Amino acid sequence: MSRTEGKNLRVILYEGPGSTPLGNEARYQMLTSLLDDGFEVTRPVVGQAVAPSDNAPLLVLGLLDRPPAFAADGEVHFRNLADMKALDAAREIREETGARTLAAWKPWFPVIDFDRCTNCMQCLTFCLFDVYGVDKQQNITVQNQDNCKTDCPACSRVCPEVAILFPKYTKGPINGDVVREQDIQREAMKVDITTLLGGDLYGSLRTRQREARKRFSTERDESKALLERKRCLGKLKKELDIPEEVLMTLPSAEDIEERAARAKAKLARRQARSQTMKDAPPAPSVDEWGI
Amino acid sequence: MKILYCNCTYAKVVPTDVKQAVLRQLSDSGLAFDAVADLCDMSARRDPSLKKIANGGCTKIAACYPRAVKWLFHAADAPLCDDDVTILNMREDPAADIVRELVK
Repeated sequence: MSRTEGKNLRVILYEGPGSTPLGNEARYQMLTSLLDDGFEVTRPVVGQAVAPSDNAPLLVLGLLDRPPAFAADGEVHFRNLADMKALDAAREIREETGARTLAAWKPWFPVIDFDRCTNCMQCLTFCLFDVYGVDKQQNITVQNQDNCKTDCPACSRVCPEVAILFPKYTKGPINGDVVREQDIQREAMKVDITTLLGGDLYGSLRTRQREARKRFSTERDESKALLERKRCLGKLKKELDIPEEVLMTLPSAEDIEERAARAKAKLARRQARSQTMKDAPPAPSVDEWGI
Repeated sequence: MKILYCNCTYAKVVPTDVKQAVLRQLSDSGLAFDAVADLCDMSARRDPSLKKIANGGCTKIAACYPRAVKWLFHAADAPLCDDDVTILNMREDPAADIVRELVK
């Protein structure tokens, strides 16, 4: 199962009719322990609104004299806090219902600010892990969140409009803080990939690979090739804040060359088609963007 | 008016002292509220409850940067209506200010 699949168990801390109210300290302790273990918790109060139920399983917890009447879309379970601890009860029902457990992951994926995005597709062409795609209206979209590399905000750094957020990032404006004029002007925010790598990204990677091969074949000096690779990767790491472990998982040079060849072929097909039609180039299809 | 609290369980980028103070006072306030482990995680899963929250009228959300919260909901196909929603930033603002807004 993907780390983004499944439903969370929602726990209702019930203190209404037919129950004894929880003390303030007990309620707070239950809340923190349940939330820290990945549960969603609702504290209903008569006459006040809470989020309506959905199909997620519900667990009603309280010092219950009798199970309260509960209208919900999904399955509802009851446990009496006089008999067991809140966290134990929630874990038991989570296992029983197959609800999600607290996953060891940081929800790390790009979030697009469409008030700023100009649909320039720079993120799509930059990301080597196929995180981005386009929807049926040819708008940029985050397609494969699971492919995103934790702690790597590189696509956000190359976005010319500062339109890509990573809410779990530590610094603004990438974390969602207000975008200020100086952010837009900051060199790091306007990183031009071609300048950074001295040519187009794929071209540069291909050249680097060729150079490394040549050196390796003539000098048979593995350490020099490694040093060169480290230097190039170090540059990426420094300029775009890409974590080392992400750099280590970059696609192989062969994969990158293959992507570049596919992109080139698609571009050629588009150009040929638009010439034939003697018309403005058509909007690219989903397949065409997905290089 | 509904209240939604985000615990930022998965990354802890919200200062712990602010988070705890807000939750404690919310818990003691006698107000009804929903508390979620992590809005980012819910957005990643496109949790359907986000849609219900977004469509459910006036809501106060205690979480992080308003721009992040707005687009996290949008990413989950649950766009928030700007007029109906107040987003309170536990990452930047003091707990006392957040609580004051939540309970008023």
